[in-house]
Amino acid sequence: MSKAVRSRSDKPRTDEAVRLEIYRMMVEARLFERRVHDLFLQGLVKGTSHLALGQEAIAAGYAAVLQPNDLVYCTYRGHVHTLLRGAPMAALMAELLGRANGICGGKGGSMHLTDVSKGAMGSYAIVGAHMPIAAGAAWAAKERETGQVVVCFFGDGTTNIGAFHEALNFAVVWELPVVFVCENNLYMEYTPIRSVTAVENPAADRASAYALEPILVDGNDPDEMHAVARRTVDLARSGDGPSLVEARTYRHGGHSRADPAKYRPEEEVAEWVARDPIPSLRERLIADGIDATTLDEIDRAAERVVDDATAEAQAGPPPDRSTLLTELWADGGSEWRN
Amino acid sequence: MAELTYREAVSRAIAQEMERDETVYFIGEDVAAAGGVFKTTEGLLERFGPRRVRDTPISEQAIVGAVMGGAMNGLRPIAEIMFSDFFAVCWDMIANQIAKTRYMTNGQVALPLVIRTANGGGVRFGAQHSQSVEAWAMAIPGLKVVVPSNPTDMIGLFAAAVRDPDPVIVVEPKALYAMKADVPDGEIVDRLGAATVLREGSDVTICVLGSMVHRAMDAAERLAADGIGAEVIDVRSLVPLDTQAILASTTKTGRFVTVEESPRLCGWGAEVASIVAEEVFYDLDGPVVRITTPHIPLPSTDALEDLAIPSPDVIVERVKASMG
Ligand SMILES: Cc1ncc(C[n+]2csc(CCOP(=O)(O)OP(=O)(O)O)c2C)c(N)n1
Ligand SMILES: [Mg+2]
Repeated sequence: MSKAVRSRSDKPRTDEAVRLEIYRMMVEARLFERRVHDLFLQGLVKGTSHLALGQEAIAAGYAAVLQPNDLVYCTYRGHVHTLLRGAPMAALMAELLGRANGICGGKGGSMHLTDVSKGAMGSYAIVGAHMPIAAGAAWAAKERETGQVVVCFFGDGTTNIGAFHEALNFAVVWELPVVFVCENNLYMEYTPIRSVTAVENPAADRASAYALEPILVDGNDPDEMHAVARRTVDLARSGDGPSLVEARTYRHGGHSRADPAKYRPEEEVAEWVARDPIPSLRERLIADGIDATTLDEIDRAAERVVDDATAEAQAGPPPDRSTLLTELWADGGSEWRN
Repeated sequence: MAELTYREAVSRAIAQEMERDETVYFIGEDVAAAGGVFKTTEGLLERFGPRRVRDTPISEQAIVGAVMGGAMNGLRPIAEIMFSDFFAVCWDMIANQIAKTRYMTNGQVALPLVIRTANGGGVRFGAQHSQSVEAWAMAIPGLKVVVPSNPTDMIGLFAAAVRDPDPVIVVEPKALYAMKADVPDGEIVDRLGAATVLREGSDVTICVLGSMVHRAMDAAERLAADGIGAEVIDVRSLVPLDTQAILASTTKTGRFVTVEESPRLCGWGAEVASIVAEEVFYDLDGPVVRITTPHIPLPSTDALEDLAIPSPDVIVERVKASMG
């Protein structure tokens, strides 16, 4: 059996406004990614896309506790994290569509959504790479005494790459204000994580190797997620150093757009879809006395937001040819000779 | 003027920049308390304290990742990678992350950072501690690369690298650490992308870098004794590259030779030679010549290593042969 302790938040004390905000964020993220998927099927979103359908509670829990100057690092599965950090949805959608009004001018694409102005410090497509980088940003925060906290999201498969281990050891030894959040969706790409990992809980069971508390949380429980986010971000902010959180979750679809995910047992998928964080928070909120019409209104508003963002994104032109050679260097160009 | 070794110039360069700008930090393995395995960073810990000059674990990805993240959040950090061969264990950070992030984000991210590293052979360390990897870095869009060949350049080019808003790889030929030269007093700041003509000549242009500069200068001296005027150009900066200086000299002399410490295929000189061939072909009086290490890993023993790396003898011989 695992030695990891489950994080218990006693009675979640999250107040109503925050829970409604988490609900709104999850619904917007869900509808946004569904729209992305539709546009993909229409051939309008090209290349690849990695959706986080079903995993939204994790990003939303952290988004609800972060301050404006905090920094988030995420992976190629980072549409939701970037959106919930406050990046404008239309600019994200435009980036996925490869338009000039894209958040990266069409140069980044689905796997590299970034909005530095909102502290969304990038989506990284080499597994594990962003973990040392996030530690470095936390190092700068500590040295410059900015009070910032850095949150770094990654997958279960990432726990088996060297950068994970280098970053954790480094962050602990230098006591950096960074929270590492493992979204354990049970699969690294197409392979079940348990079949390629020495321990049962890929992050939590390794926490002790870095003198960290093992934290295992139900990543599909928005209230628990929020409580863990608050606790770990507070620790980092108060100078108590890094945390490593393992949030169990599941992606509803395949690894990327090309993946029908036939390798997953049907019962497993059904079991996890039944634990979808959005309807479960909705039921809880209603049980706690929130009017269903309030939630319906949030749902409808989210639909309008996604429709408007899609229209605005699609109105954008393709990038101007001249931008091919811009922004390699800080002088705005890409010259390498005189 | 004061006589300094190249290794002393390294610590003076770092100190000059740390003194000037409190956001400059310096990290690496054994760089603080021990003063560096090549003793290039002695005294920095005492002078700037344990926060700004800091020892790291043996975690090259974390070291390079940390300076990238640090640069994203307000520092101008310097990382030491002890041997440039170790770039191979953090190449993702350098080639995929640092080099590409500004472009991929359409300029949202600036990365004012420096990675300095001990490069090249000549010290009998064997194949995994002797490589010349400047061409690896040069091949990746988004990295600037300089190779100082003497103590004054080490300070001046390093200062330019630290002040540059883009990531710069400073490649230090470890065979030169013991070299001594007079260095001007006071602040020294050079600029990236400027080659220097170290010796003028009218018969052949010898284009060199790093430790090969000194061998080419020896060779030029001997060629002069035989009546051949060699113009020696220290390239100094691979990215940005001072093609104007190289092309102007080649147009003048009509002959073009590179001397490269790196193995043959895709060495920096291949790129420079192709530029010469493409742009001043009709000014050439003969084929371009590349003098390189053979395409092998470097052997350890002095007898073989000396055979591998271009020597003044070989340079003289090849230049004469090319002139018919
Ligand atoms: C270094 C590296 N190796 C392999 C890949 C290919 N790859 C992309 S995503 C992925 C699976 C990662 O799994 P996990 O960390 O669990 O994240 P998830 O996709 O489940 O969110 C792999 C193997 C990569 N991008 N980078
Ligand atoms: Mg996974």
